[in-house]
Order: sequence, then C-alpha cells, then structure tokens
Amino acid sequence: MTKNKSEYLIKRNKNEYEVVIGLEVHAQVLSESKLFSDSPTKFGAEPNTQVSLVDAAFPGMLPVINEFCIKQAVKTGIGLNAKINKRSIFDRKNYFYADLPQGYQISQYKNPIVGEGSVILDLPSGEKVVGIERLHLEQDAGKSIHDIDPQNTLVDLNRSGVALMEIVSKPDLRSLDEVNAYVKKLRSIMRYLGTCDGNMQEGSLRADVNVSVRKKGDKKLGTRCEIKNVNSIKFMQMAIEYEANRQVDLIEDGGSVDQETRLFDTKKNQTRSMRSKEDAHDYRYFPDPDLLPLEFDDQFISNLKKEIPELPDVKKKRFIEKFNLSPYEANILVSDIETSKYFEEVIKNSDVKISTNWITGELFALLNEKNLEITQSPISSKNLSKLINLIKDGTISGKIAKSVFEIMADGDKDPQKIIDEKGLKQESDPKELEKLIDRVIKDNEGKVKEYKSGKDKLFGFFVGQAMKVSGGKANPQLVNEILKKKLK
Amino acid sequence: MSAIVDLTLVELIDKIKKKDVSSKETTNAYIERCKKSKKLNSFITEDFDHALKKANAFDNNPNFEKKLPGIPIAVKDLFCTKDLRTTAGSKILNNFVPTYESTVTNNLWENGAILLGKLNCDEFAMGSSNETSFFGNVQSPIGENIVPGGSSGGSASALAAKLTPATIGTDTGGSIRQPASFTGTVGLKPTYGSCSRYGIVAFASSLDQAGPMTKDVKDCALMFEVMSSYDKKDSTSVDFERDNYLNKLKDSIKGKKIGIPKEYRVDGMSKEIDELWQKGIKIIKEAGADVIDISLPNTMYALPAYYIVAPAEASSNLARYDGVKYGFRSKGENLIDMYEKTRSEGFGDEVKRRILIGTYVLSSGYYDAYYLKAQKVRKLIKNDFDQAYKNVDAILTPSTPSSAFKIGEKTDDPVSMYLNDIFTVPINLAGLPAISIPAGIDAKGYPLGLQIIGKAFDEQNILNIAYTMEKHINFKNEIKSWWI
Repeated sequence: MTKNKSEYLIKRNKNEYEVVIGLEVHAQVLSESKLFSDSPTKFGAEPNTQVSLVDAAFPGMLPVINEFCIKQAVKTGIGLNAKINKRSIFDRKNYFYADLPQGYQISQYKNPIVGEGSVILDLPSGEKVVGIERLHLEQDAGKSIHDIDPQNTLVDLNRSGVALMEIVSKPDLRSLDEVNAYVKKLRSIMRYLGTCDGNMQEGSLRADVNVSVRKKGDKKLGTRCEIKNVNSIKFMQMAIEYEANRQVDLIEDGGSVDQETRLFDTKKNQTRSMRSKEDAHDYRYFPDPDLLPLEFDDQFISNLKKEIPELPDVKKKRFIEKFNLSPYEANILVSDIETSKYFEEVIKNSDVKISTNWITGELFALLNEKNLEITQSPISSKNLSKLINLIKDGTISGKIAKSVFEIMADGDKDPQKIIDEKGLKQESDPKELEKLIDRVIKDNEGKVKEYKSGKDKLFGFFVGQAMKVSGGKANPQLVNEILKKKLK
Repeated sequence: MSAIVDLTLVELIDKIKKKDVSSKETTNAYIERCKKSKKLNSFITEDFDHALKKANAFDNNPNFEKKLPGIPIAVKDLFCTKDLRTTAGSKILNNFVPTYESTVTNNLWENGAILLGKLNCDEFAMGSSNETSFFGNVQSPIGENIVPGGSSGGSASALAAKLTPATIGTDTGGSIRQPASFTGTVGLKPTYGSCSRYGIVAFASSLDQAGPMTKDVKDCALMFEVMSSYDKKDSTSVDFERDNYLNKLKDSIKGKKIGIPKEYRVDGMSKEIDELWQKGIKIIKEAGADVIDISLPNTMYALPAYYIVAPAEASSNLARYDGVKYGFRSKGENLIDMYEKTRSEGFGDEVKRRILIGTYVLSSGYYDAYYLKAQKVRKLIKNDFDQAYKNVDAILTPSTPSSAFKIGEKTDDPVSMYLNDIFTVPINLAGLPAISIPAGIDAKGYPLGLQIIGKAFDEQNILNIAYTMEKHINFKNEIKSWWI
C-alpha cells in the first residue's frame, strides 16, 4: 500500500482517529441470462416474468453454469490486475428466506474464481493503490415486497439467480474521498470491460461497507462493523461518517466496539444494529454437489485477454504521453469509456489542446446542465470537431464559437452552416479591420489623448470598442496588432 | 401361452412386435392386476385411464421400431412426471403436480413406454423398508407384513407382484439393490453420471443415481440402455458413448477376474449369507472366471461416512420445501412460524432426523470433524476400488446382510436399519455401477441377492457377469399371490 495522502481524521479531545474502510462491492454481471439458468435479466420487467423452474427451485431442477458469466468474471479479474484461479468451486450458502427459493445461495467461499489484485485510485493528491482481496461469483436473491399488500409479503423472483460479482477490497481505504474514487474506478473499469453497467439506481452496483477506527499511529486494526447493502456512493459516505463517529464516541467514552452487522437508515442518516457476532448466521457452506468444480486452462484466459480493451490507467498514460495532457485532464477524459471514445473521435481531425478544453469545459457543462450522458450528447463528436477546426483556422473567434455551440446544442447542426446563415464569420481582412479601427479612434478622441499621455490601461477599452463595433466578429489578434500600430 | 403379466419385458416386447398382443391388452392386463393388488399399497398415484388412452393411441398408430413399444410402466414417485402428481412419498409434496418431465422418464416415453402410475417409496428416498412414506408402508409380495426394502420399495413390490413389467428406481445408498435383493428381482445402480438427475427429486446429489429394476438381466440391459443419456441440464451427467447393452449381452465370462473383498465378511454375518456368497463364487469359477481375493481396507468407514455426506446434502436439498412456492403450507403467525409449522407437519420423522444430522455436521465448528473427514474417507474408499481394479474386472459381494424383515421390526432402531446398507453404500460413495441379482432363498423362503460391482462406465461387463450367473443360478421367484 502506498502512503496515505488524503488524510481523514476524526478528532476527539486530544485524540486523533484514523478511519479504516474496506468494501465488498456487489456488481451485477452484464449478461443476457442468469448465472445458472437461461432466464433473461432485463431490468424493470413485470414481477415474476423472468423466472425459470431452476430460479424458483422446483423439485429436481439443477443449476447449469452460464459460461458467459464466467468469462465476464475472468475479464473483470484481468481488469483488476488479479490472479485468475483456474480451478474454483461453487458452494452453497444455506439460509432460509422467502425470496431465496433454494434455501441456499450458490456462491464461492474458499475457492473464488479471482484472487488478489489491485486498483489504482487517481486522487487530487496523486495515485493510491488499493488492494483487492478476491472476486467471486454468486447468485442474487429475489425481492421481498412488504408495502403492496397490508397482510402479506409479496415475492418477485426476477432477480433470483442473476449473476453477481462480489469484489472484496483489502481494508486499504482511509477517507470518504477514497471511497468515492474507489467505487468510481471500479465502475469505470467494469464499464470499459463491459462486464457490469455500474448502474446504481437499478441496483447493478451495491456495497457492504466495513468500517473500523484506530488511534492515529496504531498498527493494529480496530474492531469492525459491517454496514449491509448500501446502494449509492453518497449513502456509503454518509454511513461511514456516521459509523466512524459512533465508534470513536464509544471508545472515547471508555467503551469498545462490538463486531456486528449494521444497517444504514437513509432517512435518519444513522446506522443501527442488525445482528451481533453471536447472532451471526451459520451459513453451513459446503461445495454444491450439483456442480462440478469450475476449471479452465491458460488458453481460456489468454483468449479473454485478447478481448480486453485499453483500460483507463493505460489510456491515461497514453493521453499524457502522446497528447501532452495534464494528468488531471487525462483523468477526466478516461474515467468514462464513452467520454474517452468521444474525445478520440474529436481529436482525430482536430487540435488536441482546443478539443480538450472544449470537451472538459463547454460540453461537460452542457451535459451537466441537461443531465445527460455523453452518449446522449446533443452535439456529435463530428460537429464538435468541425467547430474546433473553425476556431483553429481563425474562421470564428472563441467568443463567437460559444454562441455557435449554443445553437448546435439545439439539434446538432453543422457549425459551418450556422456561421454562414448568421453571418458569424470572423473578420480577418486587415483593410476592413483598419477601417473599423479608424472609426473607433475617431469616435474616441478624448480617450486616445489620455492613452497617449500614458494611461496604458485604456488599450483594452479600444479592443472592446472594436469588437463591439464589429458585432464580435473581428479577429481579436489582428485588432490588437492594428490598434498597437495606430495608437503609437 | 403364459399370461401377459408373467412375461419378461423382452418377451412381452417380442409378443407386441409380433402383434400377438396389443398395447391395450397388455395395459389392461396390468391394470386389472393392479386393481386387485391395492393391499400391497405399491402405488401412490394411479394413472390408468390415461395409460389406456395412450395404449389405444399406440395400437392405432403403432411404431414397432421403438425399444419399449406400447409398454406400460409404473415408476418410483421420485421422478417428476408432467401433469401427474409427484410426491416423493412426502406430505410436503402431497399436492405437487410438475409442469415438467424428468429426463429419465422422458427417455422411457420417447422410446414408446406408457406411464401406468407412480410407485410408493420412502419419504424423499430416506429409508430401507418403505416404512417412512407418508402414504403408508408397502407390503412385499413375498409374504404378508414383510417389507419390500427401500427406498424403492413400491417399485420392488410392484415389479415382483407383476403390477408392472419393469420399473425404475433411484439408488443413493442401496435403494435399488436392497429392495431388488429383498424381492428376488434384478436391480442396477449405474455409474454416477450415467443417468441424468434432471427432474428427480433430490436426496443427496453427489450419490443419487436412477436405475432399472427388472425381472431378469436381459430386461435390465434393455431398460438401462433406454434410461441412460447425456444431459446438458445435469452438470454431473457424463458424455460418453452409450452402448447397445442388450445386443451386446453375452453369457460368457471366461478369463474374467472377479475380486472377493475380505472386508465384506462382516462380524455377525449370517451363515446363510456366507453360503450364498460361496455359491456365487463357485458359479463364477465353473463359468471359467478367475476368483481373486482382494482387500478394500476402508470398507468399515463407508457406512459412517455415508451417514454424514448423505444427510449433509439432504439438509440443504430439502431447504426448498418451505411452503413458500409449492407443496404443503401450514398457516403461521409470521414467516418463521410458517416455516416451522410447514416443515414440522410436512416432513416425517426419518426426514427430520436426517435434516438434523446434516445441519449438525455442516455447522461451523463441526464441519471439519464430520463433513470434511467424511469426504476424505470417501476419497480413500474410491482409492480402494481403484487399487482393486488394477487386478480384477469386477467384484462379487452379497447385496444385503440379511433377507427381508417384518414391517415394524426395525423402525425403532435407526442404526440397525442403516446397517442394511452396509454392502451397498461404498459403491455410491465411489460412484461405481453395481447390480444385484437374485441368487437364492433363506430358511424362511425369502430371496437373497448377490451384488456385482464394476468399474466406472463398465455396465456391460457387470451385466454380462450377472447374465452368466443368472443362467447358472436359475432362480425362480415363487410368489403366491396371497394378497389377491
């Protein structure tokens, strides 16, 4: 682990506490069908319409491994720079619940498909490596719905059997910012790989959060609490903040933290005890006798490696080296695979520097304002590229370009057409500009006198006047040059 | 001409193909006899009307190319049958009607057979006497108030009583071979992975295997041929080339090496069983095979290991019967209360006993001492067989340590009941094929069986040995229809 740069400490009296966080992220495998059946996995379908006899655990029904999900997990493991286990075992995790039809969840316990790996976080203070403990595959449960019928709980089994990857981090995270960066990075990697859509609203990405505190400088980890099933980064941060402070208070009051599982109440912004260590379930894990150990060879892995796209860390390095971007700019552009694609399309025919500024500036602001993903951008990469070329070759000024951009945002029009129609072409003819400037000088004789007597600051005023008179179309660089000559 | 129900399956098929009898005549003959045999309680669910319709349909448009042309067959009620109630002998599935068909039964119907009904069995196949069934115990046709064995007791009873020309059972620790032995019939437990488990109510997934129960070895070869298939819906199904077992059946075992494991000579083994075994050895020698003494040193650990592994898997497999989705549900105050009442009322004592044992051996703190150790024993037992098969082609043992006992005789003593499986469970633990054939009778006149154990996927070999021995033994199942 690299040393901590983004410090997050809780101070009480004279003590400073460090917060230690580990995440178990449950990421839904992007797959048309479930982990052990051929039922579809589409989100938002009518309850109980995506359920096979296997998912509903009818007598005599048997699980059959969906090879695509295995490939997805291995790809994710590769993306996490992790050890891929060529032999792994599916176990049964036994417990009773109404939305768990089999009475057990098929998961991986002692022999997961992916072992240790790492994720690099890009923090304002620099990079930090977070260790990955393991990644294993498991089935999701169904959903119990308590608030439709006043007398009964209803069960929707659409999710039952959907493939999840549980990605367990080492207890390497130390602050809310790091949690934010970690979840975003995981999401980014999986979206690059196409192994999880990372959609938190639809529950494709949830996390169990492990939190402990210790006095700054202590080597030994404190007793941890696990906060179950938190479904947004914001809630994760709120839960950690509450939980860490609760633990510090306990210790400061001379008490101790009990190892337990807790729930985060999003309305009260509090965690509360769900069950203590003593009440912990005994899941009676044992290898699922319906499934043979999962085995594949090096060829299987190397074939999948060929399908792995350039991942954010590598892409970032390339952007910095090849395009001379700052690490900050590179980060922004690679964090989302679609953004990076858009960027690369724009710069295919356009200046990198101007493109970078326009994408991270105007375009991001526009998308933010309209709450759109880059894939839904009202301005295509092709037209943005054209606009940037028009700026670069001096056809329009940056200022005019902004108004053109605004018009483009209303229906992805070709910027050249907008300029032609509205007559926005930049005036770069020196003769025309001289005429224009002569008029400005004539109209402002008093100011010219002042300027010539040493009031240098007035130069900006003349530029402004010239631009105003030209309706913003005058080439500002040429205006500058001509003014300087004329006002000598 | 002998009566239809007296014919073996192969003889019956011959008559049907020659149009000496129709499917309808055959089906009617069996239904008539079934109706007169209710006292045996072999059936849980009859499907006679439907069977007759199917028989008519067959006769109207016969296809004699099928391997089981228009043959009515009753099956153990552990196989899910589409649109026909499937109970596994349990109250908890009392009202369960599958919308799907097990692969093994589907193979029967695809080959022209007709479903006659569902046969009684121990609840979830847990038992050795068919006394744990929610639908009552089954009478053995060999004598009044004698158990037919279990768990495929209804299958054995129906077959021996001539209520079905052949049948199928499942064998987790001896559930085909022991009842076959008790009723003077032939029963084969195939190699694990040979018959698909898809659609069979699971007891212990790593041990369960479906197999045929028949009047003689030829019938057994044919039924096995029909049942066995590679099935992608069962991940433990093995993709190997299935033989034409009946065509390749031969009564020659000259030069074969047959092992006699000394560890099967257990303490307190009755003289009758020992004599039966010696008789078998003598027959094998006379037929020209070499008899070789072998050792399977870990045999004594098989039964305790079995009674850890099987209940462990069962405790998990039976968790799905919770009253939520199908089957019996008792009313409860809340979810937990509903679970407790449903499962308390829905399961019988033996099933509960095994769920408790299984839950215990998988619990944290006990897992290593029980489940893990049992798995190690299982490996040792498999190694024993692997070693033995370096020197022999098959192994001969008695099928059971005794003949059939009286109803109620062992119900209060589960351990003595479990001891019934002592010669059969090692084979399930090792995943090997074994066949039980009738080989004699004891002083009471009850049948006794010999077991031939083969190498994995070497069913043809043990069928050939069984076929050869059958000819020498010339066993006649003297069943007086006392119940009619």
